[in-house]
Amino acid sequence: MLHIYCPHCAEYREEEEFRPKGEAHIARPVAPEAASDEEWGTYLFFRKNPRGLHHELWYHAAGCRKFFNATRDTVSYQILETYKVGQKPSVVAGQSSNKGAAK
Amino acid sequence: MQHYSGFGLVKHALTYHENWQRAWRNPTPKKKYDVIVVGGGGHGLATAYYLAKEHGITNVAVVEKGWLGGGNTARNTTIVRSNYLWDEAAWLYEHAMKLWEGLSQDLNYNVMYSQRGVMNLGHTLQDMRDIHRRVNANRLNGIDGEVLDIKQIQEIVPIMDCSKHTRYPIMGASWQPRGGVARHDAVAWGFARGADALGVDMLQQTEVTGIRKSGNKVLGVETTRGFIAADTVGVVTAGNSGVLAKMAGFQLPIESHPLQALVSEPMKPILDTVVMSNKVHGYVSQSDKGDLVIGAGIDGYNGYGQRGSYSTIEHTLQAIVELFPMFSRVRMNRQWGGIVDTCPDACPIISATPVGGLFFNCGWGTGGFKATPGSGNVFAATLAAGKPHPLAAPFSIDRFISGKLIDEHGAAGVAH
Ligand SMILES: Cc1cc2nc3c(=O)[nH]c(=O)nc-3n(C[C@H](O)[C@H](O)[C@H](O)COP(=O)(O)OP(=O)(O)OC[C@H]3O[C@@H](n4cnc5c(N)ncnc54)[C@H](O)[C@@H]3O)c2cc1C
Ligand SMILES: [Zn+2]
Repeated sequence: MLHIYCPHCAEYREEEEFRPKGEAHIARPVAPEAASDEEWGTYLFFRKNPRGLHHELWYHAAGCRKFFNATRDTVSYQILETYKVGQKPSVVAGQSSNKGAAK
Repeated sequence: MQHYSGFGLVKHALTYHENWQRAWRNPTPKKKYDVIVVGGGGHGLATAYYLAKEHGITNVAVVEKGWLGGGNTARNTTIVRSNYLWDEAAWLYEHAMKLWEGLSQDLNYNVMYSQRGVMNLGHTLQDMRDIHRRVNANRLNGIDGEVLDIKQIQEIVPIMDCSKHTRYPIMGASWQPRGGVARHDAVAWGFARGADALGVDMLQQTEVTGIRKSGNKVLGVETTRGFIAADTVGVVTAGNSGVLAKMAGFQLPIESHPLQALVSEPMKPILDTVVMSNKVHGYVSQSDKGDLVIGAGIDGYNGYGQRGSYSTIEHTLQAIVELFPMFSRVRMNRQWGGIVDTCPDACPIISATPVGGLFFNCGWGTGGFKATPGSGNVFAATLAAGKPHPLAAPFSIDRFISGKLIDEHGAAGVAH
């Protein structure tokens, strides 16, 4: 069971209160009507899916019902940080905490 | 290759079964192959087998980082069926089903394909509408299927709670009599043995760490045992496909998720078919050994750790106990996870890539075991010709740009 810190509730809660929502920081095409099929397809479907650090969206479904971001290792599943939508992650791939995770 | 037969069994009994030939060699890698298949799961091994058998391409290596069939092939719950809704998917899975039906003979290896029937339960009016639509679509495609009412269901599975007193009472089901289960390890081993006999090299404990290119053309693969050259490389690495795509410099419309399963202690025969429910989300069959084989849906987060969360297992077992109250006292023996490569439209990718000579066969997600022989068969043809087999063509990666998805989500009953 993951123990997840909701930055809105400022509390650790059990995994079952949350829903993972996939890769974070995916920018919608700025001019949607001008976007090519390729840009749309990439935006909608193509994902980084890293083996290692992943910045992802979570939803506190059975809590405050707000979205937030997390940086999590997809091999150990360890959550390294959670932060509000609109903020930048402080742990990023290539830093020392990522050791061994890239394999 | 030593031929397996009942007579052979008796003959070897006389020497205490000490003189069986090894099922495949353990060769050192050559410098260059005509085709390299990355990933020694069922799909990769089937690809190599059909390359050699149907296309005469025998200078082939299967490069596997662990041991043969140790990935999802060894971790799945082995449900085989072909009752998919859309033509493209139905044709592909039915192609596999036809191969399953002759596979033990073809491979001279008992894959224990047992056509005990697969039942998909409906618990709501919408479930039933979908079931009717799907069964009708299946029949138009020449695929066996029936819609069962509660009385018929109860005759096939008397121990299931078909009363009105459950949280989601069962209203009906689809039924594919030709569906069933197979022995997963035997599938991998049978294909490996068959391919080896035709000259294919099985390179185990050999991890691909990079894809070497010249311009936009593949030259071969970097491995933990050095560089191995090939003009054609087929990647069949299931949950790790995103990692391989990154090595080649592109992204896939795929996310890797844990998918868990569990088996109970062995029991006397009690369930002689496969029961699946998408609504309450659990499925169960009983293996020939007697253990209940149970599974459900993926863990929602991305993961490569080959394990998931206990809450997912708890939900699965809630569904199973709701359907089969008498299973509530059965003890579970083992639980594990695999890493499945889920695609947005719940259909695979069998495709050329932005890199010349490099092909991917992935995205089978939670339901690719049933396709193993068909997937290998069409992928071998694709690698041999350098262009897609007709059954594989609709599963090109381009569909995620063109929008021509084959949306089997929900349409296919349950995702396994
Ligand atoms: C719990 C569970 C239950 C399932 N239930 C069903 C079911 O009932 N019915 C059904 O049809 N399907 C089911 N599936 C899905 C099914 O198991 C898969 O779709 C199918 O087995 C995929 O086969 P594969 O050969 O492509 O992958 P795998 O068997 O995973 O083979 C991929 C291989 O690639 C190797 N590899 C990865 N990276 C590298 C590298 N860098 N270098 C070299 N080798 C590498 C891996 O070690 C692995 O052996 C289930 C899956 C799971 C996990
Ligand atoms: Zn919260």
